[in-house]
This record gives sequence, structure tokens and C-alpha cells, in this order.
Amino acid sequence: MSENEERAGLPETSSPPVPAPAETARTPDPETKPNSRKPALIVEALLFGLIFARGLFSKARVPGRRTPAAVPVPTPPAVPDRTPEKTGRAADRNLDMHSGSNVKKRERWGTFFIACAFALGIAAGLGFVIAYWLGGNDLLLGGTLAVFLGAFGSALVLYSHLLMLHKEAAEPREELPSSAGEREAALDEYCTGTRDVQRRGLLKWMGVAGTGLVAAMIISLLRSLGMSPYPSLFTTIWKGGERLMTAEGQPVSIALLEPGSSVTVFPEGSLGSERAQTVLIRVKEQLLQLPQDRANWAPMGYVAYSRVCTHAGCSVGLFESETHQLLCPCHQSTFDVLRAASPTGGPAARPLPQLPLYVDSDGNLRAGGGFTAPPGPGFSGMS
Amino acid sequence: MIEWLGRWLDSRLHAAKFVRRALNHVFPDHWSFMLGEIALYSFVVLVITGTYLAMFFKAGSDKVVYQGAYHPLVGVPMSEAYRSVLDLSFSVPAGLLVRQMHHWASLLFLGAIVVHAARIFFTAAYRRPREINWMIGLTLLALALVNGFLGYSLLDDLLSGIGLRIGYAILLSVPVIGPWITFLFMGGTVPVATTIPRLYSLHIFLVPALITALLALHLAIIWRQLHTNYPGPRRTDASIVGSRLWPSYAAKSVGLFLLVFAVAAMLGGLVQIDPVWIYGPYNPVAVMPGAQPDWYLGWVEGALRLFPGVSLHVGRYLLIPGVFFPGLLLPTLIFAVLYAYPFLEKLFSSDDKPHNVLRLPYQQPFSTALGCAVLMFLFVLLLAGGDDVIAVATGSSVVALRKLLRILVFIAPAATGALVYLLCRGVRRGSQPHSPAPPEYVAVEEETTTKPPTVGNRTSG
Repeated sequence: MSENEERAGLPETSSPPVPAPAETARTPDPETKPNSRKPALIVEALLFGLIFARGLFSKARVPGRRTPAAVPVPTPPAVPDRTPEKTGRAADRNLDMHSGSNVKKRERWGTFFIACAFALGIAAGLGFVIAYWLGGNDLLLGGTLAVFLGAFGSALVLYSHLLMLHKEAAEPREELPSSAGEREAALDEYCTGTRDVQRRGLLKWMGVAGTGLVAAMIISLLRSLGMSPYPSLFTTIWKGGERLMTAEGQPVSIALLEPGSSVTVFPEGSLGSERAQTVLIRVKEQLLQLPQDRANWAPMGYVAYSRVCTHAGCSVGLFESETHQLLCPCHQSTFDVLRAASPTGGPAARPLPQLPLYVDSDGNLRAGGGFTAPPGPGFSGMS
Repeated sequence: MIEWLGRWLDSRLHAAKFVRRALNHVFPDHWSFMLGEIALYSFVVLVITGTYLAMFFKAGSDKVVYQGAYHPLVGVPMSEAYRSVLDLSFSVPAGLLVRQMHHWASLLFLGAIVVHAARIFFTAAYRRPREINWMIGLTLLALALVNGFLGYSLLDDLLSGIGLRIGYAILLSVPVIGPWITFLFMGGTVPVATTIPRLYSLHIFLVPALITALLALHLAIIWRQLHTNYPGPRRTDASIVGSRLWPSYAAKSVGLFLLVFAVAAMLGGLVQIDPVWIYGPYNPVAVMPGAQPDWYLGWVEGALRLFPGVSLHVGRYLLIPGVFFPGLLLPTLIFAVLYAYPFLEKLFSSDDKPHNVLRLPYQQPFSTALGCAVLMFLFVLLLAGGDDVIAVATGSSVVALRKLLRILVFIAPAATGALVYLLCRGVRRGSQPHSPAPPEYVAVEEETTTKPPTVGNRTSG
């Protein structure tokens, strides 16, 4: 009988109005296998049985007297209050019950470890403060702070494992959906309240108009966060006739580069600009295989491309003169310098925009127009 | 004292009932419930250290010339933001410690969230009634990813500047509206003077406020629904088994908070992270080989690298730049599947009952296999995100390595999924020889009758 009662304890109490202890009692409890039965166990089981049974009755029948986390019982039959209120805590299973000597030992060692951690923590905490005021470095400060926090943290965790009785609590869960009656009542409150409002249509339109206007206002305010992407995103940066300038602001003469070398150039007046950065490369003229319409864009083997990767916008900073490839170090896209910087490997899909060049009367390189496309990563609407 | 305080509060708040309920609240004992707590406490560490950092950081893009304590950069022009980070690192006592703790804590935060989410997924804890919390959790993960990126982009060093340019390219690649949202968000074509203050206000105000609100909701819902339990003796859908808040769980949990803080302090004090003074200030013309994002965005970086160079044109106009597919579409798809997963599963298994006892990974071969395959996919992408570094380290060519990874990114997840599926099936078959087809819980209980009723989170074979 005692096993039955214990088995019928907490887990099943949530099955609402009619608890069925007889049915659930069939599965044997791990605690009380017949062959391992000892007097102490019987007493314990009896005790538990009693407590559980009492909990069961008080929970199932008396709605006002249930444990804190207990189930709200939908249809409470009015039964007079027979038992004093009992929290679920009293029903917790003491896992230490069978090992009295172990608990003693645990307590001894626990006290020792925790005292050690405590002492260590205090030393480290003092160490941090002293180190700080003596101008200690971050290494020392971090170390002492870590030891301080770690010691106190470990002490607390040890406390819970070694100096607190091991108990297993079990609480019934609430049935999550409310009862039909409760839901009905809530809906009823809402409907009754709503019926008290006259001219509900007006309120509705006010709500719609208000929401719409607020949205429109937010969009308007957002507008001041940024200018329109047109035309700045579509600009091809260079203007025809602009001189090419090195980062130091020197004009680029045709004698600047040997074949196989490169330099970063900018339009006059926007030195160091992120989107305007251009890579100027000199290759042997006979190697170039530019399309027909660009044939005269590369005087003396000088070609210029946007230095901003068309993939994700990094600087295409590496020029391999052996293979005539431009390489982007971010995602390893490669572009063929000889063939109008068309992509040859990696994730880039579009060629680097090319800059037409010509030589002016002073022997300096000038742009023959803008880039062939807006420089940088792609976006909807660019051609 | 406690009694007096209690009376004082209760006479004003009528709190006794709630307090009693709270003290008796039951938390399961299994270690894996700690993962979410680690994430929570990492966030607390982030807020504490971040507040301290905000006292020193200046989110300015004005150009200044450095005249501070770090000699190699004296005389170098840089932004005000970068200078304030240098000053914080070299001139404020414990400033570097707090900054490194903040960065390490963010890695812990993301790591804990990911492992926590994996635990939820592999034990099917997302099932009814916990679908809402699953979705809130995913939103928290997304916000944490965004805020991590915003955070390390603020420093305006060379590495973060490159990251910001890639972020700009991804944002710009959104079909049709890309240019507009990019200009709203960044204020112009690529990092301009307005960008860093904007990132800053998002990083320290908007996103953390959202995270805090959702975190509160997340916890409130857990409090309402109670935790799940692993299958074991006494653990049923109708009850929760574990330790009570007072005293056992409270001690453990506060201890865990201190330990998380300690780990952040140890890493922050002893292990260098994001040494921006080595990278130098952002310079739009400079390049930096081997640039890597923080690990939690490594998979996006890898996807950017592996995805072939295609883009969608309409006539002669570009409609969708190639970056959009790996940079935005892929993460969106992964998150969409994760958001929908509880409902998809419901659709296919037609199991809409509430569940409070978890499924063990081997009890759900398909989900487990799918989850492992996705993790493997992300892992290969993470490797691909560092393919240049790996190639240099192993002396192989990046091109060959990338070819291999492009195959591996499909093969490895498929193989992993198949293997895990078969493994789960095998374990499941091996674990239930005595009972033909009983409900999970009963099978477990019968088998563990000879075991002491401790945490009991597994069945014996």
C-alpha cells in the first residue's frame, strides 16, 4: 500500500478532477523493490506515502489550499479544510537519506574546500585592489579579478553540491490552456466592454489613420538619415581631362612606371578617396588584349582600373606581374589586367571598371572620361 | 532583518505569495540547462563592461593626429574613434582589460547561444508549448550576431574597416531597395563621417534594448511554462523534477554567474584579442591579407568566398548582385527554416500534443541528422572563411583548396547527415529490445528501475 501511495504521488496529481491512484499505482517504484527492502526504507516509504497522500487529497479537493505551483482545479467540489497547508517542499525526496556517513564526509571536505576557495578569493580580491592602486598592468588585474570571481563562484557551486542536502523536488505542472469557462469569461469581458463603446467605426478609422500617419512620419524622418543614392552611387567618378595623381599628389608622367609595375592613383582633388582609388599598371603594349572599342585607352601599355573590388568592395591591392592578375585579398577574386580586368577566379562576377587614358602635351596621363561603370560592389539598377 | 524587510515589502506589494512560489520554483539539474544561463550571464558581463567602455569611447570620424602613449603610431592621422580606443587601451588603468573582457564576453555570449540552441534542437525542446520561446531565442541569436558585428566595427581600425566595407556591399546587394537602405543606414557611399556614430547608437542602445526586452520575455515564458525534463524516473509531461530555487539552484546559478565573469576576466586579462594598434587605423587604400571576421560570422565570410561569381541581370541592368545570395539569402533561409522547424515538424509528424519530457537525439533520427548536417555545412563554410589562412599554413594553393571546399560543402553535410541518421537508428533499435513499441517515457522508466533515482537522463541499453 505504501508503495502505491508513493507512486501515486506528485506526478499524477495534475490530471484534473478525478485522480486515479489505483490505475497509476501498477508500475513499481524504483525505490522500493521487494528484495532491497530494509526497515529504514519501509519507514521512509511510509513517511513519503503519508505525505504524498495528504498532498494529493489537499491538492485535489481543496482549491484554496493547494501548493504554490499546483494545478488550478477546474471544478472544485466544496470539501471542508481537513489538513493544514503543506508546501511541495515538504514532499521533496531526500537523496542523501541512504548515505549518512557520506553526508558527514561530504560536509567535512566541503567545508575545507569552500574555506580554501574563500581565502583564495579574498587574497585575490585584495590583490586586485592593491595592484590597481600601485598601477599594476592589465595582466595582473585580469588575473587577480579572475581568481577572485572564480574562487567565489566555485565556492558557491561547491556549497550547493557539498554543503546543501541533496533533494529532488517534483512539482505538478499547470495545465496550460485555461479552462473553457475562463476563456469564455475573458471573451465575455472583452465583448461587454466593447459594447459599451458607441460609434466604434469612428474609433476604428481613427486607429487606422493614426497608424498610417505615424508610419508616414517615421518614413519622412528616416529620409533625413541619408541622401538619395542617386546620383552619388551612379557616378563614374572621373571627368574627362582630369590628371592622374599619385597618393602624394604628384601628376603621373609617362615615364613613371616600368612595364610590369603598378601604382595607386586618384583624380586631382580627391586624393585618398575610397571610391575613386584607381590602380595604374604598365604592361608590355603587345600583350594587351582589350576589346576593339577600348583599343586606344591604353597609351604605351598604361591601363587603369578601379581599385575597388566589384564583389564586396575591398581594395584590389595586389598585382601579380608574372601572370598579369589583380588579386583582392579579402575573397581572392582575380582579374585579368590584359583582358580589361575581367574576372578569372574567385567570387567576383563583374570586371573592374576601366578608366580610359590619354597622354597630354606635358607627357602626363589624363583620364579620357569616367570609369566604364560605377566602381565598387554591385547594386540593383546599375547598368 | 530578513523578516522585517519581508514585512515591509509585503505590506506594500502583497508579495508573499509570489515570493513563496519563486522560492519553490523547480529547476532541472541536468548540466545542459546551464548553457542558456551562460549566455544570460555573458550578456550581463557585456552590459557591465560595455557601460564602462562607453565612458571612454568617442564615436567620432573626425581626423586627428595621434599623440598618445603608443609610440609606433605617434604622428599617424586617424579617426577620433580609433584614437579613443588607443587611449582606452594604453592610458586608462584597466581599460585594456575591460575592453578585452567585453570582446571575449561577446564570443562567449554567441558561443553559449549557439550551443544552447543546438541543445534545444537536438532534444526537441522547441515542441509545443515552447514554439514561441524557440522563435524568441532565434531572434536573440540574430540580434547578437548583428550587435557583435556592429561592436567590432566601431573601432575604425583597418580590420574593422574592411569588415564594414563587406557589410556595406552585402547591404547594398539587396534587390531593388538595397541602395536606399544602405544610404539610410550608412549615410552615404561606404564608411563616411556619419557611419560610426550611427553604428554606435545601434550598438549601445537599440540592439541591446531589444535583446534585453526579448531576454526578459524569454525568461518570463520559461518561468511560466517551467523547464523541460530529460526522460527518467518520475519525469512525466505532467510534472517537473529538479532542485528548488532556494537554496540549491540559487547558489549554483549565482556561482555560475561569477564563474562566467571569471572566465571573461581571465581571457580578457591574459589572452590578447583584437589588437587594433597592430592593425593600424582604417585607411581606404590599404589592404590586409588574412582578414577574418569574428568566428560567429566566419560562415558568412566562407559563403561569400565559395559562392561562384554569378549575378542576375534584367536586360543591361543589374538586378541581384552575386553577394546577395551567400551574404543575405543563405542566412535568411537558414533562419527561416529554424523559425519554421517546430511547425514543419508538426506538419509531418502530426504530433500537436504538448511535450514536457525531452526527446533524446537518437529518438529523433531525422531531426538529429538534419541538425548535424546543417552544423557540418556551417563548419565547412567557417573553414572556407579562413581558406587563405589555411592555405598559407599548410603550404597549399588557395585555388585548389577552394575547389576542394566547394565539393566538401555539399558532400560533408550529406555524409554527416546519413551517418548520424544510421547511427541514431542503430542506437534506437539497440535501446528498446524488451518493449516493442511503448511510449518513450514508460520504456525509460521500466528500464531504469534498478538504478538510483538520480538525475537519470538516459536509458540503459
